Amino acid sequence: MHAAKEKTAKSSDEIWELRLYVAGQTPKSLAAFANLKKICTEYLDGKYRIDVIDLLENPQLGRGDQILAIPTLVRNLPEPIKKIIGDLSNTEKVLVGLDIRPRSNP
Amino acid sequence: MKRAFKKLTKRQLGNGASRSRAPRHEQLEKAPTGIQGLDEITFGGLPKGRPTLICGSAGFGKTLMGVEFLVRGAMEYGEPGVLMAFEETEAELAKNVASLGYDLYDLIEKKKLIIDYVHVERSEIEEAGEYDLEGLFIRLGLAIDSIGAKRVVLDTIEAIFSGFPNANILRAELRRLFRWLKTKGVTAVITGERGEGALTRHGLEEYVSDCVILLDHRVNDQMSTRRLRVVKYRGSLHGTNEYPFLIDEEGISVLPVTSLGLDHKISFERVSSGVQRLDAMLGGGYYRGSTILVSGTAGTGKSSMAGHFAEAACRAGERCLYVASEESPDQIMRNMHSIGIDLAGWVKKGLLKFDAERPNIYGLEMHLLRIHKLISQYQPPAVVLDPITNYLAVGDQLEVKSMLIRLIDFLKSKGITAVFTSLTHGGDAMEGTVIGVSSLIDTWLLLRDIESNGERNRGLYVIKSRGMAHSNQIREFLLTSKGAQLLDVYLGAEGVLTGSARVAQEAKETAAAILRQQEIERRQRELDRKRAALDAQIAALRASYEVESQELEMGLAEERLREEKLAADRLDMARIRRADDENGRWKSKNNRKQS
Repeated sequence: MHAAKEKTAKSSDEIWELRLYVAGQTPKSLAAFANLKKICTEYLDGKYRIDVIDLLENPQLGRGDQILAIPTLVRNLPEPIKKIIGDLSNTEKVLVGLDIRPRSNP
Repeated sequence: MKRAFKKLTKRQLGNGASRSRAPRHEQLEKAPTGIQGLDEITFGGLPKGRPTLICGSAGFGKTLMGVEFLVRGAMEYGEPGVLMAFEETEAELAKNVASLGYDLYDLIEKKKLIIDYVHVERSEIEEAGEYDLEGLFIRLGLAIDSIGAKRVVLDTIEAIFSGFPNANILRAELRRLFRWLKTKGVTAVITGERGEGALTRHGLEEYVSDCVILLDHRVNDQMSTRRLRVVKYRGSLHGTNEYPFLIDEEGISVLPVTSLGLDHKISFERVSSGVQRLDAMLGGGYYRGSTILVSGTAGTGKSSMAGHFAEAACRAGERCLYVASEESPDQIMRNMHSIGIDLAGWVKKGLLKFDAERPNIYGLEMHLLRIHKLISQYQPPAVVLDPITNYLAVGDQLEVKSMLIRLIDFLKSKGITAVFTSLTHGGDAMEGTVIGVSSLIDTWLLLRDIESNGERNRGLYVIKSRGMAHSNQIREFLLTSKGAQLLDVYLGAEGVLTGSARVAQEAKETAAAILRQQEIERRQRELDRKRAALDAQIAALRASYEVESQELEMGLAEERLREEKLAADRLDMARIRRADDENGRWKSKNNRKQS
């Protein structure tokens, strides 16, 4: 927890730009969005923006971020770009993936 | 495209095997690949609207085969295509195939091709919960729909196995992907890395069951040969063998065993061997479309025979392909020039084409393929292979034989007259070829040294010549500045005489003949003289006879006159003596008159 606080403190003045790619209102997409929302409010302290991109509506947008898996969460900012796939139900993995929490050292 | 396909189907129906077996009502629709040879092996192409798996290890030509399938589809069959590349970017691919003369950017601009580079980077991806690959489907679907693609290549889809850790999800999604491709009605090619003990590393063959093509690469005696095999083709006949294939500046060519049956068209037309006496020995020359083997030990003039044949073909206005595997074209031309054969002139006129390549540059199959290609491009009615024995450097006897069988079949099916030369090593059986192809050969000429009296001379035999009356005589074979000449050898009590012995014998015979001639003339003269003498005698005799007979006649006449005179005198006497006759009359003139 201590490390996480440091991390958020370090990038406190940055806005997190997150993009969630989905394909229609599937259960997995809905679950992913709900999980993301929960994690953001809990750890990002309001300094974030979530764009939900539905590839069924804008299929051409999937190319830029090399989206194959659905749902995929992309962290555009802060750099570097990070990708997390799945419905984000595993909060630990999402936190590690977004660099909110460092990888646990075995 | 449809027409092209129909043509192929027709050709397939023309094939004896498929006519009897294939059901008449529904033929599996096929998408021709346009890849030389592959459509023949698969009897028309890949299954239309279904996925095909092409597997093989790295560098075996999977990507190229996929790209060629798309490019030819777009250019020759009017089917736009999508290439989803997981390993190479658009620029890399375009550069790689530019050397084959494919302009991918041009096709992309004309909306006949889409290259979509999919980058999967394991390190960037974290997995957190359930997911599927809908993004890939959407992306592929978008590409397909945007140009109305009929062909799709996924190269190499296995790359996503490294990008996504959950193999279970991937397998389920791949299965769904291939089903989805079928419903899209696209003819898909999926490439896969060769796995150990399995066709592909991740068992893709489980999902793609319609057609599986395996690419292989084998190194034998440091020669590598690419091979292709159709492992499976559901619902269609296909060649089951391993076929060698070649990647060169024109793409892929696969070499099928050209003929499965012996149904070559034959010809009764003769073509000149280039040596007049030899043509006479064969009763007019080689048959067009036959295969001729000229075998012999080193330096017996095999290449010269081949050179003569090539020149004769050119002289008749026909193209000739000269495949040399021992000497360079310049060397051959110089050597042939020394026996009065001007090949350089025919090369200049475009009637003669040399192809010189050391056999050990490629494997055997490559050579075969290259010869195939050259023949297909140049369409020569005459071909020379000089010598076939050099191919033993790159394959064992059995392999070379099988290569030559295929080559001979190919040449025969095209009606090409071919001359092969074969080097027999000293100590080998003379009437055996190293490669054991003699049974495939129509006309076999054996050139051999005949050693006697400390010299070595060349002899030529026609060992066999199918379907033609041919001389059984050995001829002495001379290489002169005016070309090869065949001479009768001397056959006598001392055996076969050639060279100076033959010349000496001939001189002896000539002398004897002159003597005999002189003797005959002398006798003739003697006879004439005798006849003349006899005639003279006869004339003299006749003359003397005539003189004698005249004299005799004259004597006879005188005698007769005298006799008459005597008779007359006797009458007169009687009259004077008044003698009477038996009637009592006076035998007088006057009385007789009175009475």
